[in-house]
Amino acid sequence: MNNRLKILRAERDWSQQDLAERLQVSRQSVNAIETGKYDPSLPLAFRIAELFGLKIEEIFASATKI
Amino acid sequence: MPAYRSPAVRRYFIRIVVLVVLYLVTLFAAVRLFRADAVHGIAAYGLAILPAIPVIGVFWAVIRLLVEEPDEFIRLLHVRQCLFATGFCLTVMTVWEFLQNFDLLPPGNGGFGAAFFWFIGLGFGGLYNKLTVGTAGCA
Repeated sequence: MNNRLKILRAERDWSQQDLAERLQVSRQSVNAIETGKYDPSLPLAFRIAELFGLKIEEIFASATKI
Repeated sequence: MPAYRSPAVRRYFIRIVVLVVLYLVTLFAAVRLFRADAVHGIAAYGLAILPAIPVIGVFWAVIRLLVEEPDEFIRLLHVRQCLFATGFCLTVMTVWEFLQNFDLLPPGNGGFGAAFFWFIGLGFGGLYNKLTVGTAGCA
């Protein structure tokens, strides 16, 4: 699954640690999601979407679509 | 870069320290009493099993960590580590058993049982996570 997390984070000038604290997850989690090594659960994907004020599909997309 | 330490990980380390101390105390006591030929009958069975209880406690502590860890990615790393350890332990014990069955290794295990190899496997599991996902988890 591809995602725009790194871009969205950079637009807000947040470090991975900043985003991790806002999401209440580890920095390793943010890094793993950004690099595509880990796909978040649906509840975490919703939390990410709510944090950025976007829909889930505006952040995450199927690897075959992008 | 700060290492990730959730309250669940902190509780895990406290439990491990307590259990290791209990293991050393009970093992020391059991060895001393058996060498002195001080216990017999049913009490001997109880004393022999006593050092196993903290080891079983470590299994419990690991499972509690899987239950209590709030970060889903870190929890996944712990689960992968445990699965790696289980596979490693079963492989070593199976190979060892067959070598013994064909008298290529002497009987007995010299005190290195399944738990020992499972704990070694946890270490390799952390390394496996580091190599494949880029992080071992909390360490």
